[in-house]
Amino acid sequence: MTISAAFRKKLKYFDVDISFDCQSEKMMVLIGPSGGGKTTIIRMLAGLETPDEGRLCFGNDIWFDSLRCVNLKPQKRRLGYVFQDYNLFPHLNLFDNAAFAAVDKKEVHALFELFRIDHLKKRKPHMVSGGERQRCAICQALARHPRLLLLDEPFSALDVVTRRGLREEIKSLKGRLSCPIIYVTHDINEALFLADEILPVVDGKADYDWMQRTITREPGEGTPTRGAREPRLSLVY
Amino acid sequence: MDYLALYVTIKLALVTTAVLMVIAAPIAYFLAYKHFPGKSFVEALIYLPMALPPTVIGFYLIILMGPRGWVGGIWESLTGESLLFTFLGITIASVIYSIPFAVQPMKSAFVKIDRRLLENAYILGLSKRATFLRVIIPNSLGGIAAASILVFLHSIGAFGVLLMVGGSIPGETKVASIAIYEAVEMMNYQAAGLIALSFIPISYAFLLLVNKLNEGSRA
Repeated sequence: MTISAAFRKKLKYFDVDISFDCQSEKMMVLIGPSGGGKTTIIRMLAGLETPDEGRLCFGNDIWFDSLRCVNLKPQKRRLGYVFQDYNLFPHLNLFDNAAFAAVDKKEVHALFELFRIDHLKKRKPHMVSGGERQRCAICQALARHPRLLLLDEPFSALDVVTRRGLREEIKSLKGRLSCPIIYVTHDINEALFLADEILPVVDGKADYDWMQRTITREPGEGTPTRGAREPRLSLVY
Repeated sequence: MDYLALYVTIKLALVTTAVLMVIAAPIAYFLAYKHFPGKSFVEALIYLPMALPPTVIGFYLIILMGPRGWVGGIWESLTGESLLFTFLGITIASVIYSIPFAVQPMKSAFVKIDRRLLENAYILGLSKRATFLRVIIPNSLGGIAAASILVFLHSIGAFGVLLMVGGSIPGETKVASIAIYEAVEMMNYQAAGLIALSFIPISYAFLLLVNKLNEGSRA
């Protein structure tokens, strides 16, 4: 199955206007500067935001089509989505979190063993480390047997060592999954390490020279995105 | 001591609390998450009983629940009985009188829930109703408990509304606050003092509980 997206959405500082395909068993990494529209794109794939126009198909299923007025709810898309944080429900322990929407609860045990958090099953999310929380969030997403796995900077809030370890785990996991994976990051090393295909996104559009420019530019001569260039109150103070 | 009046008071407060927890939760959800034109007018209307004098609420409830009012009229045509001066009548009055005290803390608790948790629930396939029951309610238990205690306390203290709608029928509509008033009217200060005294530890213990819950939700 292939996820095919081509959509536009007007944002405050720029328009997202992008099209791409990602096949099963492949990982596409959306990379680009912060504030460049990557998260908006992944949220549109999930159905959490609605494009102004365009089309989004998964195989023969149409998830969004502005011409036909089709917009499948997130509940119907059967996705796995790992956010930067706040994936887990605070009132449930790790096992119940992962089993929340599991197709088969027995599989959760296997996933916990795979991600080495089996001993933390009974703990609540606030009682474990950030890395363990994200491992559980991945288990939660996988237990649903997703048709498409979306990972939105899942390790950006973690320390370097934990991040490296989890990156390895995601890479080994990739080979076992049959669904397409879309991974958002602003870390070029992470993108190069994980990706089958890289899609650089700058100001909402594909910019295939962005990585080359970023790698070869001198320190300090960076050009932030239009969104990031806008003065913000927090910077003034 | 007028134990019957105390019994009616506690019964009324418990029924009011139970009914309001069911009614107020969807209203609070609606106010917390839905945006629609005129929302502030609807919200002000729900909180109106908090700002109105109890006798004003009582007056309009008499009009509404009386034999010529549309609620009382329908009730009478269905059952052949009056809604005024009955336990059901004072329960309806008590529910309307206390509704702001249920909705407000619940709404505050719902608003505090991180929106990303709700989005994750939708991604995991939960409908909005299932998300409400499986995510919002379990993560708002402090606010719901605070709401129920406030409603309970407010209900046991109701006087003007209940007197107007229910009168003072022993075992049916005569609550403790009315019993105190009548005892004082008859210069029976000992009886009034005993019932009044019984309120103090109950109210004090419940307020301590509210404070504990608020501290817990801030932590």
